[in-house]
Amino acid sequence: MELQALTYLVVGLSFALYIGIAIWSRAKNTSEFYVAGKHIHPIANGMATAADWMSAASFISMAGLIAFMGYEGGMYLMGWTGGYVLLAMLLAPYLRKFGKYTVPEFIGDRYYSQLARVVAVVCLIFISFTYVAGQMRGVGIVFSRFLEVPLDMGLFIGMGVVFIYAVLGGMKGITYTQVAQYCVLIFAYTVPAVFIALQTTGHAVPQIALGSEMLDGSGSLLGKLDKTLVDLGFGSYTEPFNDKTMIDVFAITLALMVGTAGLPHVIVRFFTVPKVRDARSSAGWALVFIAILYTTAPAVGALARMNMIHTVNGADGTGIYYKESPPWFQTWENAGLIAWHDHNQDGKIQYAAGDAFQGKPDFDGEKRGSHGERLVKNPGEGKVAKNAPFANEIYVDRDIMVLANPEIAGLPNWVIALIAAGGIAAALSTAAGLLLVISVSVSHDLLKSTFAPQITEKSELLSGRIAAAVSVCIAGYLGLHPPAFVAQVVAFAFGLAASSLFPVILMGIFSKRMNKWGAIAGMFTGLVFTSGYIIYFKGVFLEPFAANTPENWLFGISPEGIGSVGMVLNFTVASIVSSLTAPPPENIQNLVEDIRIPKKLVREE
Amino acid sequence: MADKNALYWKACLRLIGSCLLVWFLVSYVFAILLVEPLNTIHLGGYKLGFWFAQQGSIYTFVILIFFYSWQMNKLDHKFDVYEE
Repeated sequence: MELQALTYLVVGLSFALYIGIAIWSRAKNTSEFYVAGKHIHPIANGMATAADWMSAASFISMAGLIAFMGYEGGMYLMGWTGGYVLLAMLLAPYLRKFGKYTVPEFIGDRYYSQLARVVAVVCLIFISFTYVAGQMRGVGIVFSRFLEVPLDMGLFIGMGVVFIYAVLGGMKGITYTQVAQYCVLIFAYTVPAVFIALQTTGHAVPQIALGSEMLDGSGSLLGKLDKTLVDLGFGSYTEPFNDKTMIDVFAITLALMVGTAGLPHVIVRFFTVPKVRDARSSAGWALVFIAILYTTAPAVGALARMNMIHTVNGADGTGIYYKESPPWFQTWENAGLIAWHDHNQDGKIQYAAGDAFQGKPDFDGEKRGSHGERLVKNPGEGKVAKNAPFANEIYVDRDIMVLANPEIAGLPNWVIALIAAGGIAAALSTAAGLLLVISVSVSHDLLKSTFAPQITEKSELLSGRIAAAVSVCIAGYLGLHPPAFVAQVVAFAFGLAASSLFPVILMGIFSKRMNKWGAIAGMFTGLVFTSGYIIYFKGVFLEPFAANTPENWLFGISPEGIGSVGMVLNFTVASIVSSLTAPPPENIQNLVEDIRIPKKLVREE
Repeated sequence: MADKNALYWKACLRLIGSCLLVWFLVSYVFAILLVEPLNTIHLGGYKLGFWFAQQGSIYTFVILIFFYSWQMNKLDHKFDVYEE
């Protein structure tokens, strides 16, 4: 079958599955809409959490990120998995015991303060919208690349599907669709990885292949990759701290871990299991399902980079003629993810360290050069980088490492179709999870608990659905017209989760003495410090105040890692303020004792 | 009763503390602070420090959570706070 038709078929079937599940698992009351009636099996919840967690960026971009960063890519791998250890041991079981619906609800009740609750809602909505805009964009990109529909069209289809199951099914519908989406995405991710691992090393398991000898007898994969990269003027793949310092890697890893544990759409997943002990084991299952992808990604990254260098620089390492370049090179050049400028005028493509273009390539419409390549308006000077044999002539978008991998390795069409369905599944599942926490916060925390406590369960459910529908539209709008800052705000989402939500929740469980003043002061300090630092260097709505370079950073910590400092400040300020003010009332101290003990359910709904 | 709950909580904190020690060791110490010396040791085709950063720490995290969950269930039974 033709690739295009096959892709439509696979993606269409997966959509039919999601919608079918949505209709089967409609939510009938607020408990089902908010927390799936707390009936989800811990393994199913683990799968749903994994799908919720792994976004379009994890699926499409992460392997490429690692491929270009080498060792330093490990900070994302550890940061985005290590958070689950914190979640399992420090937050999930106790919040499950608390037994209510949202994270701001816990903060509001534990700190007996509407102000604390509203601050938490604001953080939650900001974090979630930041994130969801990227997901909607991701859906559009996957559609436009694989199905050759315009990006806007792809986005509308994605919005429609999310609309159906998020609005109808609430948490219950989302959970079961996420289980299906996990299966689609993990299959789509591992199949090409296994094929490529087999082709290159003869080992089917990518995690083993990464540490194996090459089939062509040229030594170990990583050893060969190190040598190839150093010969081309890059830093070594496996040696640390080529482009980031130790303290920065440390801080970023910490901010990502703590941020992961503090992300509301992840935390609420653990409200859906029946028992406290299920929340503990479910976090373990979630990490198993996540680890399958996260330990495969480094293998995909290394193998893809190796394949790419070999294909582009050719067997003798001097480059191949553009006219003889493989079809995928031109396919992805047409898509704007690859660009070539023949700096040394030899008609050959060469890849080495250094920038071939000034920033991202700016294509000159559809104009073609003498070899048939797309013309680019902003070629670099074509200087040969230090230690490199020749000037770099190509730009390669990191997403290529996953998207084009099957073509580079010459895999059959159905594998390519599968990648499309997998990428869409990853983006949709994360978007739905985020939209749900937003709508629940609006209908439950803002309406029911703050502004309109008299509304009935039925109208609360209806307002939840309306909030979900409105959020889908806002998210779609943000995906269509991404504000200029979207690319920079990932650091923001994690930084805020790490410096505001995580510390107050943690202290709310582990310190009986922590009072409302301490919590509010701590949250406020973490929030202001972290967002101030990020805006100072990245200028989210404004011009940056200072160049985003290591010399200017506090302790050499980049804006990506500053959430860890914000977290420490939050803890410190909260402890000091709390020790100077009155302890929390007795009923709050009893509440803390209650949530620490799994048995003796006091406030069952 | 209150005493027993306090003892249970102490035991939980001890367990959490030792698990988080391992968590810190494999990720921050082995994969970041000591990555350079560990990279001189080889594990198959992997350098050990690099392996911890991109594989080993993740496997350890998974094992840690299940170990914690198993031990917590034991504590729940021992202190009679197991949820029926």
